[in-house]
Amino acid sequence: MKNIAPKLPVEEYEKNFAELHPPLTSNSAITEANRCLYCYDSPCMKACPTHIDISTFIKKISTGNLLGSAKTIYESNWVPLTCAKACPVEVLCEGACVYNLTGEKPIEIGRLQRFAIENYFSKGMPVIFHKSPVNGKSVGVIGSGPAGLACGAELSLLGYKVTIYESNKIPGGLNTWGIAPYKMRREDSLKEVEMVKSFCVEIKTGTMIGRDIKVAELLNQHDAIFLGVGLGESPPLSIPGEKLPGVIGALEFIEKVKSENWEDVHVGKRVAVIGAGNTSIDAATEAKRLGAEQVFIIYRRSDVEMPAYKFEYDLAKKDGIVFHFLTSPKRIVGKYFVEGIECLKMKLGAADNYGRRRSSPIPGSEFIIPVDMVIKAIGQETKSSFLSSIPNLTLDNEGCVVVNPKNFQTTNPRIFAGGDCINGGKEVVNAAYDGKNAAHGIDKFLSLPYGGK
Amino acid sequence: MVDLSINCAGIKSPNPFWLASAPPSNSAYQNCKAFEHGWGGTVWKTIGEPVMNVFNRYGGLDYNGQKIFGLNNIELISDRPIEVNLREIAETKKLWPDRAVVVSLMVESKRETWHEIVKRTIDTGCDGIELNYGCPHGMSERGMGAAVGQVPEYCKMITEWVKEVSTIPVIVKLTPNVSNIQLPARAAKAAGADGISLINTINSIIGINLDTFELKPNVGSLGGHGGYAGPAVKPIALHLLSQVAIDPEVNLPISGIGGISNWRDALEFILLGASSVQVCTAVMHYGFRIINDMIEGMINWMESKNISSLDQIMGKSLPRISDFGNFDLLNRTIARIDQKKCIHCNLCYIACEDAAHQCIDLTPVNGHNQTEVREKDCVGCALCSLVCPVEGCISMVRIDDGSASKTWNQLLEDFKKSGKKLTWENLAEFQHKHGIEID
Repeated sequence: MKNIAPKLPVEEYEKNFAELHPPLTSNSAITEANRCLYCYDSPCMKACPTHIDISTFIKKISTGNLLGSAKTIYESNWVPLTCAKACPVEVLCEGACVYNLTGEKPIEIGRLQRFAIENYFSKGMPVIFHKSPVNGKSVGVIGSGPAGLACGAELSLLGYKVTIYESNKIPGGLNTWGIAPYKMRREDSLKEVEMVKSFCVEIKTGTMIGRDIKVAELLNQHDAIFLGVGLGESPPLSIPGEKLPGVIGALEFIEKVKSENWEDVHVGKRVAVIGAGNTSIDAATEAKRLGAEQVFIIYRRSDVEMPAYKFEYDLAKKDGIVFHFLTSPKRIVGKYFVEGIECLKMKLGAADNYGRRRSSPIPGSEFIIPVDMVIKAIGQETKSSFLSSIPNLTLDNEGCVVVNPKNFQTTNPRIFAGGDCINGGKEVVNAAYDGKNAAHGIDKFLSLPYGGK
Repeated sequence: MVDLSINCAGIKSPNPFWLASAPPSNSAYQNCKAFEHGWGGTVWKTIGEPVMNVFNRYGGLDYNGQKIFGLNNIELISDRPIEVNLREIAETKKLWPDRAVVVSLMVESKRETWHEIVKRTIDTGCDGIELNYGCPHGMSERGMGAAVGQVPEYCKMITEWVKEVSTIPVIVKLTPNVSNIQLPARAAKAAGADGISLINTINSIIGINLDTFELKPNVGSLGGHGGYAGPAVKPIALHLLSQVAIDPEVNLPISGIGGISNWRDALEFILLGASSVQVCTAVMHYGFRIINDMIEGMINWMESKNISSLDQIMGKSLPRISDFGNFDLLNRTIARIDQKKCIHCNLCYIACEDAAHQCIDLTPVNGHNQTEVREKDCVGCALCSLVCPVEGCISMVRIDDGSASKTWNQLLEDFKKSGKKLTWENLAEFQHKHGIEID
């Protein structure tokens, strides 16, 4: 990189990556829990993709039944701490809270869930679930992200022998590697992994299926397979200069930050982030908090079409991120490393198939923003080469695995799938739902007379 | 112009708010500070026999995160020497001639002892005497307090002793720990008491510590019943007050006590016949400063209602007190839900479904549940409107035109006249005639 941003004092990093939302104290949790109306058939529960019985777990906090509260949460969701910290609660449970309709502050469901789960961890994870007798069948789970963990936990409790294969040395998938540190630290994700392991789920880390173990071998070893492989690399921008040192994919960058060795993550003095999704905001704010002087988000449409949630946009603005809307990158400038990014001004036209307005370049509107680093955050590709190596699997036009939405079974009857690899990239909570329900799909399938091998 | 001044049993004060005989009125320092804040009067914490308190003495009842919904205590009467109290009472009255200074008394049940303390009390220049026949703990075991209030004969006897020597108004403070509050009130009246105050605290155990199995409050490892007070006791106090207020055999001025925390509570006591009100727990929770809102709130309310003095509203709700037999069986109400205000918490549904008459339907509409009352099945019990968290969302609407009216007593009278017995069949016939179906 031409200009690396100067390193910050240690305490500065800690301050910058301190939690955005501090935990509730015992008193404040009980007060907040008591504010809950205990709605019947509550809208918050319906809004949660995993349908956690929210009003019930909150009621249990109010009576001091914290163990019961954690159990109620786990009955619906195996990664509740990650969900409590990383869910876009504003558009899910808290957005559905009836208090929104009375003009009052919605119940802080995310923070209450965190309170219940952190209390459970601090008590040393006492046993609240009992395994069914071992049934002699085994399931291989590929990927230890939220979908894989949820599927593994559920199956193990149902009596299956579960092995999770994880290519990374440290498990947890995006829960461990993909969430901005000021939202959640790696250790939180690892505690959730420990919880799942406590059900006798084996996690083989550093094991990449396709490389270390062939898919065929896996199909031989197990009665069924669950794919929770998530997504792969950022797609190429397909513009000149993309190979210059200083260009990096957002996920790769965020993963480096998640190592929590702040000083070792180099950022440019001036950074451009391409794209305006939630991952772009994470990358931009993280670069800023690592010491970048100026961070730009470059997006070809306007703030109206921007996929990032409003609270993420607000956070970026608070961090002083500069937004270049209606701007598209044309070329990354630089001889030996990134020196700038040449952009084109765009204008909006008619809506596309998704209802978003298309943008088209304004001829002759080229301008250069001098930057030292470019972070690509224009989404992720599916792991198409791996997925297409699996027999009888069907992928849709976007490269996502096609499943039966009822039981998450793929077109290869012994293979099930869930999470980002079937939806192209949604929330942790969606993956948690998929994994749990796929487990029941697998259980039903393997309980058939001719199910399995 | 609103005038808040009152006269309760011949004791005058610039407003109806008195400190109850309790920890906040323990000393000259406290009573004078209360007067500075604007309190109209005080009932000095009970003086009398030598006592010694234990250290831990209060237990709080918290409810849904709210502190001190109720408070109990095992504190005794004043544990300061009587000479100190008498001196401070005299000094306080001298400093605050316009405020009511009433002194609460409790001594052993001997005529001479009572005569002596009454005389010494009158010498302080105070405005009145309150006889503590209510303290439920500590003193009652020694034959005082509630031990007197629970036996009308004792109540009458001691009041007579006091009246023999008293030259100032005598108020008898009653215990609620009786089955008929009117009996000790009548005894006080018969003995010549000038007024009644009620209620004293209610016998209570505030709770148990689930880790140690100790009672709350816990003294060493022991606990016992204490006197219960605070917002939670207000409904009980209002009822007992009304029972005394409507009793023609009592017919005495009343100072109302029991869970009064603000001007609204105070007005309810006044509407049921109190001419002054006494406050303790709210002061124990928040301090004397609450008097500011009490006075201002009451004045604002009175101005908004064009009421210039409290005499105009004292006892105004008493004529509405009646018995079940006089309630109109045909005054029909049903619940109506304002769909525009509904926030879809469905609390009305589950309350009606599980605890009332299963007449609210839950229908999915546009991703939420719509709650609708099946009016023909609604009995108008109002539970749904009570659980609804949105003001004005569920209203109880009267559906009869008022032309038909029948009370239980009238119905029984009708049956008698027409030679009918009170049977389920005859009752059903009456209900059917008026379109009431109960299955």
